[in-house]
Amino acid sequence: MTQLTFTPKQPLMHSLDCSQLTPDLLKGLNISQIGSISLQHQRVSDLFEMTGDDTENIVFKNSSPFYDNVGKNMSLGSITLEGDAGSYLGFGLKNASIHCKGSTQAFAACNMVSGLLRIDGNTGDFLGGASSGLRKGMRGGTVIVKGNAGDRVGDQMRRGLILIEGNVGDYCASRMIAGTIGVLGDVGKYACFNMKRGTLLLTKRPKLHITIQDCGSHTLPFLSLLFKSFKPFNTQFSNIETKRVQRFVGDAACSGNGEILLISHSP
Amino acid sequence: MIINGVQIDETFAEAFNMRGTRVIITAQNLKWAYHAANAMTGFATSVIGCGVEAGIECEMTEDETPDGRPGVSILMFAMGSKVLMQQLETRMGQCILTCPTAAAFSGIDSDEKINLGKNLRFFGDGYQTSKLISTKRYWRVPVMDGEFLCEETTGMVRAIGGGNFLILATSQPAALAAAEAAISAMKKIPNVIMPFPGGVVRSGSKVGSKYKTMFASTNDAFCPTLKGATNTELSPEIESVMEIVIDGIGFDDIAESMRVGIQAICDLGKASGVKRISAGNYGGKLGPHHFKLHEIMGSHKL
Repeated sequence: MTQLTFTPKQPLMHSLDCSQLTPDLLKGLNISQIGSISLQHQRVSDLFEMTGDDTENIVFKNSSPFYDNVGKNMSLGSITLEGDAGSYLGFGLKNASIHCKGSTQAFAACNMVSGLLRIDGNTGDFLGGASSGLRKGMRGGTVIVKGNAGDRVGDQMRRGLILIEGNVGDYCASRMIAGTIGVLGDVGKYACFNMKRGTLLLTKRPKLHITIQDCGSHTLPFLSLLFKSFKPFNTQFSNIETKRVQRFVGDAACSGNGEILLISHSP
Repeated sequence: MIINGVQIDETFAEAFNMRGTRVIITAQNLKWAYHAANAMTGFATSVIGCGVEAGIECEMTEDETPDGRPGVSILMFAMGSKVLMQQLETRMGQCILTCPTAAAFSGIDSDEKINLGKNLRFFGDGYQTSKLISTKRYWRVPVMDGEFLCEETTGMVRAIGGGNFLILATSQPAALAAAEAAISAMKKIPNVIMPFPGGVVRSGSKVGSKYKTMFASTNDAFCPTLKGATNTELSPEIESVMEIVIDGIGFDDIAESMRVGIQAICDLGKASGVKRISAGNYGGKLGPHHFKLHEIMGSHKL
């Protein structure tokens, strides 16, 4: 079996809801059946050239920021985007993997439950956040971002791991309930705003607001377990070896018990 | 059967079903890992009076432990799951939580889980933090030396307790020296512990007593000073008997530890003063697991 590949017949000029093109929903369908699926009043066969028959391994070639909801509620197999993705990439992702080789729009990993989402480029706002009306964001799984992320990373995040090798915008870990976010680059303003619990792992000290309290430098044994868990992922976080961190706790404005762990560079 | 001049009785050790668990204790160095482990496995020689039988299974290097620090592996056994859970939590709270730099991790996977740090976390008074790393949940409890790190649960498995053999010698020093040689060899076998002091028991018991309140009493048939006063199992030249009791995860683990222990004694030879190896049983009516000495040592007959 060869992977099922979707190649656009012509560049999209509008956003396209791709939520029906997941391994879960395409399971057991042949090429003609898949081609007859209607996406916003257009047949899949009118939009894409299709090759391959392995519906558990799907590839979108030449994908663009118009591809919304890719991998929505997907619970098996894998999707690879050989290009960019739109909003809500990996929405509700569960026990499956998505690899975007380009950049994505906002709300990637929104409501994600488990599995792995890799983004080689940049991603927009609300990475790992909650969808409109919900009070809990990402509830598990792992997100690796090689580039930068926008504002509100991990907003209301409940569980899971987000590792960002680049910079992040403002309000990182805002209203975070639990889980772990790691950032190797710069962090914008108001980090951990209204944070309840969870861990924000940083290498550069951001400007912190007054309700984030400095608890001093410490050697924390649990970090060896955490860093060991990064090893299977192809990320620069795997190179961190020190267990020495400066610990900040907050947000005191909401009696929060979240923490910022600032990795010490001194031996 | 005679091995290197030592007689192996045609009898068997009778053992019982137990519930067991394994906990890995790590610390800043091996010295403090042992302090924690020795405290946790203290007063845990027999379920009769201690609730559990526990012991240190082996040392673990930095490469073998979850947090990359030196540690030791502890095995703990009880007659039922409820007692095991209760004893584990109590000992964790009083011996591991209190020990400087110590951390505790699950040492065995099983569908049945029992609490390791799940309730200890409340010592953190609201400042405790949980971390779900891969599929395991850990608790970080702030304490005065930093943080106490503990996995939430560990596995509980079906196990066997009460494997044993008796060393019959012409003097007390000879019996003890043979027992030490056996323990030294048996400690190299995984999945087993010898829970008594130094791994050796001098007060083997029989079921029942002439006193109503006692349900176990001295095994008079093997007491050398009662040779003329009771239905003795000892020949005139036997002056001392030592017992080694083994608890283990599986039947084969216990059988193998008995084999290497008895073999180590036999290797000392007849001149060591050891005359016989026997075993304790209740006629086969109480324990479902029978460790037959001749079968265990069968391949080593001389």
